[in-house]
Amino acid sequence: MTEGERALTEGRDKDAPLDRMSPGARADFGEAAGSAPRNPPHVLIIGGGGTGAAVAHDLVLRGLRVTLVERGEVTSGTTGRHHGLLHSGARYAMTDRASAVECIGENKILRRIAPGSFEENDGLFVALTDEDAALEPQFLEGCWQCAVPTRRIDRAHALRLEPGLNPDLRLAVQVPDATMDAMRMPLRFFATARRNGAEIRTFTEVTGVTMAGRSVRGVTVRDHAAGRDYEIGADIVINAAGPWAGKVAALADVTVPVAPTAGVMVAVRGRHCNMVINRLHAPGDGDIALPQRGLTVLGTSSWPVDDPDDPGVPAAHVETVVRETSNLLPAIRGAEIRASWSATRPLIGESGTQSGRGMAREFRCFDHTLDASPTEGFVTIAGGKATTLRAMAEVTANVVCGKLGVDRPCETSDVTLLPHSAWYAR
Amino acid sequence: MSGPTPAPIQPAEPPPPPEVPGAAETTLSLEPPPAAEPTPEPAEPAAPTVHLRISRLRTGDRKPHFDEFECTPEPGATVLDVLIEIRRHRDPSLVIRHSCMHASCGTCGVRINGREALACDTKVAGLTAPTIDVEPLANQRPVADLATDMVDFYARLEAVGFPLVRSAEVAAGAEPPEGVKAYTRFENCIECGLCLSACPVSRTDRSYLGPAALAAAARVADEPRGQPLGPILALAAEPDSVWRCRDAMQCTAVCPSAVDPARALLGLRRRVAFGRVRSLLGRG
Ligand SMILES: Cc1cc2nc3c(=O)[nH]c(=O)nc-3n(C[C@H](O)[C@H](O)[C@H](O)COP(=O)(O)OP(=O)(O)OC[C@H]3O[C@@H](n4cnc5c(N)ncnc54)[C@H](O)[C@@H]3O)c2cc1C
Ligand code: SF4
Ligand code: FES
Repeated sequence: MTEGERALTEGRDKDAPLDRMSPGARADFGEAAGSAPRNPPHVLIIGGGGTGAAVAHDLVLRGLRVTLVERGEVTSGTTGRHHGLLHSGARYAMTDRASAVECIGENKILRRIAPGSFEENDGLFVALTDEDAALEPQFLEGCWQCAVPTRRIDRAHALRLEPGLNPDLRLAVQVPDATMDAMRMPLRFFATARRNGAEIRTFTEVTGVTMAGRSVRGVTVRDHAAGRDYEIGADIVINAAGPWAGKVAALADVTVPVAPTAGVMVAVRGRHCNMVINRLHAPGDGDIALPQRGLTVLGTSSWPVDDPDDPGVPAAHVETVVRETSNLLPAIRGAEIRASWSATRPLIGESGTQSGRGMAREFRCFDHTLDASPTEGFVTIAGGKATTLRAMAEVTANVVCGKLGVDRPCETSDVTLLPHSAWYAR
Repeated sequence: MSGPTPAPIQPAEPPPPPEVPGAAETTLSLEPPPAAEPTPEPAEPAAPTVHLRISRLRTGDRKPHFDEFECTPEPGATVLDVLIEIRRHRDPSLVIRHSCMHASCGTCGVRINGREALACDTKVAGLTAPTIDVEPLANQRPVADLATDMVDFYARLEAVGFPLVRSAEVAAGAEPPEGVKAYTRFENCIECGLCLSACPVSRTDRSYLGPAALAAAARVADEPRGQPLGPILALAAEPDSVWRCRDAMQCTAVCPSAVDPARALLGLRRRVAFGRVRSLLGRG
């Protein structure tokens, strides 16, 4: 036995009921349709971003036993550091209608179940040039097709709503965008899931996937805070590792087509707008500025990366983002930069081929039993946006419940989430 | 730390420049926007090596100790960037909290050379001391390394029975659009706990409510928006409340989000004192 293996066995939490949970428990639950399972199966979720949080929330509501492990603090991956836009869907109305439809649906649901997590001041799509303005009919038609509400605003009216806008603007369109608190909104999913029985373990990194043949039986983890390794058994393991989904899947010898695609954001001091300000054109670099507390946050750019951990913050991207957004709000040019950082999108597609802008922002849930070389007990959820976390969870929980024979409908559209502070309640 | 000289902590190769937006991504006939001209990088002087001492503690340890690291951060790197790079390339067991990377979530508070700060908001280049000591916040329960448990901090914030830092306040602004009653915004306080760590009274008196909670109470008193004022003022009048403050002003000095807890506390104290005088005069 090597040093590492011994530590793994010794550190193993033998008394923890979770670890003794055997996959065989499957036979005992969920016989009566619609009833809560008596001896519920155990689902392990890898990744404590918004997606993992929403999946945990959904699954505990359906009566399953849930453990979520996150290698750092919750929301320390892409969630928490994204741009903070609660999408209305308008951004995708001309290019990616499926995403637009998803966004507007989830936008309405999140405002209802997470009141207080948004600055609900709507957004404007601003046409600066004649070319931008020429897109108006197509943009409005796209929004209409996707049921994204719009209101056309003329130049003078737009300047009354947002006096900081470039006075040369041609026209603007009002849409129900909003600013979200990128950390506190998903924290409410964590808080509510834990209150309902989910176990959430932070600073706990998955180091391996335990298998019996091609069936996943659980994971090995390292608890960084305590400095020990142990194993957790599970009936199903869900890979919700965002841009790291490919790395996590590789631990089970599974391939998922997640293309980590980074983007830069810049926060400048001062609120230079109250609404979300978008450029009315095909999605590009530096075309969104949104207010948040006392800052204006500008973004973004898009480039493929091999390693989601190491995107860096290229100075040229910071410049582009500041230059492009200051075409919308000229005062940004002189504003002090408080922070510039980057985040990595978990886009669905092959790695390293495109800039990422052309890839759909849709999400996919993979039941790896259906892979060319099938793997049992392993499901990946990837893609999407922070705005669509609840819908991603619903689809994933449907797949998982289907596999486990649990017949309980999704309730998450109607459950108001606890305030974020409940996450810190004893 | 002994051993070979560590490599610079940033990857040598910069990521590729931004792609031309609009290229190959849509079927729209758009005039291509101007290509992003990569600005020439100004010739940077050789990045200086910095010496870091990081406070380490495993769950269950009695006492923390320092581990030392040398690194060569990129120009513009923050203390958080350096900590993340150390965790990634040198010591994966380093426990740190972070989320937003731009001074908005309040999770990355630490003490840097003894002073409370957000690690994501502190540029390494701005620190002049030859060694950078990074320690967890004080007056909070340690979790491991630089992470502390915010449970006590939030318990103070909810001492009145509802979250004091509310979601939004009415923002000053121009005419709101149709369908929006008034522009709103999130409160300034990001619940980072820096003020509680810096407060000398909190250090000796665990029951003192502390600056963040009292500043939040003052915000509610100033702008109740339907919230009951009674419990706020009753809380403020308690012995562990506004009268404990000794005007050390440390909270305001370290607050990264313009809350000015010291001033808010003063206002709340006046309000409580005024209430007392009124009741003494029989007009309460
Ligand atoms: C630049 C940029 C801007 C964006 N802006 C917006 C926006 O304005 N609005 C919007 O709706 N969406 C936005 N998005 C998209 C959104 O941020 C993501 O889709 C979403 O946050 C993904 O969440 P997730 O939970 O799937 O992934 P993550 O938040 O990355 O969660 C995955 C987690 O898995 C953990 N993990 C990885 N490996 C392991 C392991 N081995 N063991 C344990 N844990 C592990 C990671 O630490 C991480 O916390 C943006 C994305 C980017 C990149
Ligand atoms: S008052 Fe300032 S220092 Fe205190 S918790 Fe709030 S933001 Fe942090
Ligand atoms: S990481 Fe959010 S405040 Fe520093």
